[in-house]
Amino acid sequence: MRSGAWRALRRRPVFWVSVAILVVVVVMAVAPRLFAGADPADCTLDRSMAPPSGAAWFGYDFQGCDVFARTVYGTRSSLLVGVLATALAGLIAAGVGMASGYLGGWLDSVLSRLTDIVLGIPLLLAAIVLLHRATANGSGHGIWPVVGTLGILGWTTAARVVRSSVLAARQQDYVQAARMLGAGHGRILVRHIAPNAVAPAVVVLTITLGTFIASEATLSFLGIGLRAPSISWGGDIFAAQARLRQAWWPLIWPSTFLAVTVLAFIMLGDAIRDAFDPRSR
Amino acid sequence: MSLLRADGLVKHFAVRGRTVHAVDGVSFDLAPGETLGVVGESGCGKSTLAKLLMRLEKPTAGRVYVDGADVFAMPARQLRRLRRDVQMVLQDPYTSLNPRMTVGAIVGEPFDIHRDVAPRGDRRRLVRELLDLVGLRPEDADRYPHQFSGGQRQRIGIARALALRPKVVICDEPVSALDMSIQAQVVNLLADLQRGYGLAYVFIAHDLTLVRRLAHRVAVMYLGKVVETGTVTEVYERPTHPYTRALLSAVPVPDPALRGRLTPIRLTGEVPSPTDPPSGCRFRTRCWKAQDLCATEEPVLGLGRAACHFPELLR
Amino acid sequence: MSLLDVTDLRVAFGPTTVLSGVSLHLDPGETLAVLGESGSGKTVTAQAVMGILDPPAVVVGGCVRYRGQDLLTLPERERRRIRGREIAMVFQDALSALNPVFTVGYQIGETLRIRDGLSRREALHRAVELMDQVRIPAARQRVHEYPHQFSGGMRQRVSIAMALALDPAVLIADEPTTALDVTVQAQILDLLGELRRERTMALMLITHDLGVVAQVADRIAVMYAGRVVEQADVHQLFRAPAHPYTAALLRGAAISGTPPSLRDLPSGCAFHPRCRYAAAVCRTVAPSTVDLGGRSAACHFAREVLVEPAAR
Repeated sequence: MRSGAWRALRRRPVFWVSVAILVVVVVMAVAPRLFAGADPADCTLDRSMAPPSGAAWFGYDFQGCDVFARTVYGTRSSLLVGVLATALAGLIAAGVGMASGYLGGWLDSVLSRLTDIVLGIPLLLAAIVLLHRATANGSGHGIWPVVGTLGILGWTTAARVVRSSVLAARQQDYVQAARMLGAGHGRILVRHIAPNAVAPAVVVLTITLGTFIASEATLSFLGIGLRAPSISWGGDIFAAQARLRQAWWPLIWPSTFLAVTVLAFIMLGDAIRDAFDPRSR
Repeated sequence: MSLLRADGLVKHFAVRGRTVHAVDGVSFDLAPGETLGVVGESGCGKSTLAKLLMRLEKPTAGRVYVDGADVFAMPARQLRRLRRDVQMVLQDPYTSLNPRMTVGAIVGEPFDIHRDVAPRGDRRRLVRELLDLVGLRPEDADRYPHQFSGGQRQRIGIARALALRPKVVICDEPVSALDMSIQAQVVNLLADLQRGYGLAYVFIAHDLTLVRRLAHRVAVMYLGKVVETGTVTEVYERPTHPYTRALLSAVPVPDPALRGRLTPIRLTGEVPSPTDPPSGCRFRTRCWKAQDLCATEEPVLGLGRAACHFPELLR
Repeated sequence: MSLLDVTDLRVAFGPTTVLSGVSLHLDPGETLAVLGESGSGKTVTAQAVMGILDPPAVVVGGCVRYRGQDLLTLPERERRRIRGREIAMVFQDALSALNPVFTVGYQIGETLRIRDGLSRREALHRAVELMDQVRIPAARQRVHEYPHQFSGGMRQRVSIAMALALDPAVLIADEPTTALDVTVQAQILDLLGELRRERTMALMLITHDLGVVAQVADRIAVMYAGRVVEQADVHQLFRAPAHPYTAALLRGAAISGTPPSLRDLPSGCAFHPRCRYAAAVCRTVAPSTVDLGGRSAACHFAREVLVEPAAR
């Protein structure tokens, strides 16, 4: 089954395109110097709003910083926030989903209602409230408040998916067989349920990663996400949109990078989901 | 002392406000090395009985004794021991094996769970021996279930059940999902293993012809109750309960020369719902011998072979 | 002339040959049992005759003659006309063959409304009649019930009623009783026998159960790995089979090995890896069908198998 899915995945151009984009993005995040020679912190006002040229392919922004360099370095923050927030959300989702699906009963009812409540909270509004409080205390210019906020608000869809996969896996005869052999709950969860429940969760989390990156950009745009000295696409977009009439290049490049990265994650998630769906093969 | 004893097992399920009387007072004895065939049609409760015997469900009433010990009153340590003595072969070969585990891991899992049975180093060898026992090759241990046919998967399931050297194996419709030509193979394997290892089986099936091959004694179930028991010769050749007679009569005989010679007994009506079993004798709504007594007084299995007020007494 | 004549039918599923030259015939008023295990191609044969093959399976050769006319060359419109009115089919799983959101009366009557132009009331009346004919008690009330309110055996009777609505000359029943309890199976087989006699209908019964075949069939076509390996009158077959596969089935003994995967058929005769009589020729040359006078078998050693005393 796994090999069939892999083959189906390989055949899809969408898969390769998104992987290619993401490889570039990841390398850019890990080793920005490979792409941008200039130092993003090297900003002199006399270069303010200078158009793209040989020295700076994307031109300079209002502060006189190299837009290309800033965009490239911004990849790191966005990706880092995305990955960490997804990891946190994934952990919560796995815990809640497994407990709900496997143990059932009143715990399932309680956790499902909790999931519904959190699902119903509008992400941005809640994030604004939480982050406002965090930044008001003077802390939180780093990535952790954003990571934490996105993580604790965004686990719900994945949790639901995990819960239904666990419920389905639990019915399987081989789980009963393991119980008959005397396997304890831990063993059953780890060896029998988790491996078979993981695939749909991977799909959801991949797409979640993309949306988290977009959410982070939104929060930074609103000024409550990442702030200076952290470089963020969202922040740059905010700064650029105020002076759009004067120069388009400080806006277009971070926006494009953001859109392409988010799209790549979503496409990847879609491709994986289609590859696992036996009906589409 | 019997190896496995069921005493008045009852299991009722509450479904949407109504009670499903799945198993309603089943008792039997199983001696070492013997096969008890449990036959019945859908809704008779045989699958629920299997789960009760395996301690996968708790009975509403009644007890199960293994080697004299009450299975449902055991402390955890004894329970682990129990898992080694009583094992089960499941019906569906396509869902009873974890698709993500290799055959070797599946057959060896009992050793991972009960670490005291075999030291780590021995496990690979034991797994190979088990595979050989059921007619598979040692290299099959590295392959995955989907690479095997239904009959082979069922053999893997049997190998897994035998790993801990159980005394009793509950076979819940082990060959129903297999092709005809393979069914005989697997039944023969079970028979060989029984002879070789002195295993006792509770063989649950709806296919009467198959049960006849393997069983020493037979219990016929209808709507949660055992309506007749006896040796396989007694039940198949001299059935006394009307339902048993109808059941045997309904099995098409693979001999066209007998067409029209035997007057078949055809039951009218349908099986009553287990949520609302008839009063008195449950079979009375379809029985051609039913009298008023059958509605008021429930017949018991007692000393006779059949739970019937008017059993067929043949010469 | 036979009512239904299948000659050298070939069906492929992409590169895999699913049926490699199936030939059988059905005469008016007789019951032909098509006996085989899973993968033998018996259901595909029925689907090809009805013209309801699941794509990508496609007929790649042979002909299916009904009353002399080759159905495979007919335009779809004509085939649809024949479907139901001349040749009807009953499937194994009545639950999935019936639409759960419509009453059984509606579904039985649907065929009549569409094909015969009956009004709703007339169709309902006829549906009650049909339900009576298939011995469903209290048909007048039950006609308004939904499929899930019927037991397995009763649902199968409903399926049969639907198939009989347009009074077909041929009824193909694909494992109609496999999913049913043995006492219910007996009732359904009795019913099919009675209906066949009352309507002088021909019945093609697809099954894997030897007992069913022995009690119900006039003739038998035994299928293995996509072809018919033996055809004979039922008494002849049981007394003296002419193909090793049939002989082994009748003995009830375990046959070593497993049915072959159609993607990976053995060379020569598909049965040779499991056959007691297998010789060198069986491994290399696929046997042609040997005519044994009123019966046939596809085996190099058909005559030898025929005269071997049946060890039962």
